[in-house]
Amino acid sequence: MPKEVAIIGVGYAGFRALTPEVSYKELMYEAAVKAYEDAGVDPRRDIESFVTVAEDFTEGTSIFDEYVPDQLGAVLKPVHTISGEGLHGFIAAYLQVLTGAMDIVAVEAHSKASNILTPDEIMAFAMDPVYNRPLRANPHFIAGLEMNRYLCETGTTREQCALVVAKNKHNALYNPLAAYGASIAVEDVLESEMVSYPLSRLDMSPRADGAIVMVLAARERAEELSDIPIWIRGVGWCNDSFSLENRDWTNAIYAARAAEMAYRMAGIRTPWQELDFAEIDDTFSYKELQHMEALRLCRPGEAGLLVEDGATEIGGEFPVNPSGGSLGMGHLLDASGLARLLEVVLQLRGEAGQHQLSDVETGLAFGWRGLPTTSGAAVILSN
Amino acid sequence: MTAKIKEFPGVGLRESDFTERKVLFTEWKPDARYAWDAGVAIGRYLAELKEGRIIGVRCHHCRRTVVPPRIFCEWCFRPMDEWVYLEDHGVVNTFSICYVQWDMERLEEPLIPAVIEIAGASKGVGILHLLGEVDPREVKIGMKVKAVWKPAAERIGAITDIRYFKPIN
Repeated sequence: MPKEVAIIGVGYAGFRALTPEVSYKELMYEAAVKAYEDAGVDPRRDIESFVTVAEDFTEGTSIFDEYVPDQLGAVLKPVHTISGEGLHGFIAAYLQVLTGAMDIVAVEAHSKASNILTPDEIMAFAMDPVYNRPLRANPHFIAGLEMNRYLCETGTTREQCALVVAKNKHNALYNPLAAYGASIAVEDVLESEMVSYPLSRLDMSPRADGAIVMVLAARERAEELSDIPIWIRGVGWCNDSFSLENRDWTNAIYAARAAEMAYRMAGIRTPWQELDFAEIDDTFSYKELQHMEALRLCRPGEAGLLVEDGATEIGGEFPVNPSGGSLGMGHLLDASGLARLLEVVLQLRGEAGQHQLSDVETGLAFGWRGLPTTSGAAVILSN
Repeated sequence: MTAKIKEFPGVGLRESDFTERKVLFTEWKPDARYAWDAGVAIGRYLAELKEGRIIGVRCHHCRRTVVPPRIFCEWCFRPMDEWVYLEDHGVVNTFSICYVQWDMERLEEPLIPAVIEIAGASKGVGILHLLGEVDPREVKIGMKVKAVWKPAAERIGAITDIRYFKPIN
């Protein structure tokens, strides 16, 4: 396992359904100030490069990278924006340090989802304009198609998916950052209104606003600056073919390939034994199960049974989304993967508070770019 | 080479070829709507514009006074120290005379966008607005200009609460 680059600072702000009191710049500034203080660095003096994650259509501003330097302390410094998942941005920052080009790099991702008045229209804008969009179905049907096929092929049940929702919302009750903690029963999920069969309203993670900033450093600087550097052991990312007509509707192959790349780098052969916990995409309830299987945290078709057994609860054998995941914390658009990674950092530092896991050394974060994509990224960290 | 060709082969496309769908194509009209939270700095700026005032902020570290306001100094990366009311007049830093509409049609009356260094703000700091009540041929860099406000009842807390800036002697 390489020990070349570490996370030495994290900062975050928001994680609420609405944040009318601050602009997106002010939200980012709050997260950045905290991250730099946590890392013990002055951004104007010490940070050599900045990577931000943003998608113009969700910001409502073209060439959005022009709008980020001020609030990050990045004016007149190397800055670039990744239009991808938060973990894609994180990996870009990591690679800058790994190559030796930079010693200290900051990465930022945020969501002002509450400012988008037509979110489903923006989602539809990602669909093929010739083949798919003219049908004018709300793009959530894509999750319905996938959930249906996944349940059918693996024998996973809607009840097992509902258990994921109950677990994650329950975990969120113990996470002060989480916006959607709740004590709900399987029946509540099953009886909530159908959005696109078999996906119900409560199978979906509600959107939230928030910003996350992380500071990465090369080994020498990391050891000098931080008492508890969190080491990056493996990264991987992968895009499947996009087509709705002939993608694999059962298996998240993008997740499997992204994870294999990260496992290979980290020297991990049996992930469910060598990892202590995972924070993985749960944009929709079934996605947590499908991703668990793709990430080899269990055998294909077994994820539902593990949830039934309580194995993925905070006190279980292999906790999954102890933070509450997107179902419990809220979906932060492209910042979601970085929110998963933030929880891995806090757990490995022993700073997770009431939902702290005991004796954790290695954790996995996995982010999916959301509908209608087959795009994901994985990061493995250890303390 | 094309100069040698007197007559091009084929038939040109006409609008009717599209309307009668002889040419196949797909259209999509995006419905992308947003409502940005103004937050602390922009929120106060807009509220002050509604009152007919321009407000900026000052950083005690680099001693700059900037407008529009922000809660942090982008140079020093620290919180701004105080709100400062500024004058509603200033000096033209740079301007252009824009003769085209959005579809590149010619404008009868050109628009004159300008960066106006607001009195009370630091050198080189200004706001972007339009100039009015001025012959485009008379506009000069360094010219003194003053805000022409909408009547109080018409102001809504927007940059357009100032109609334009006009020259003063």
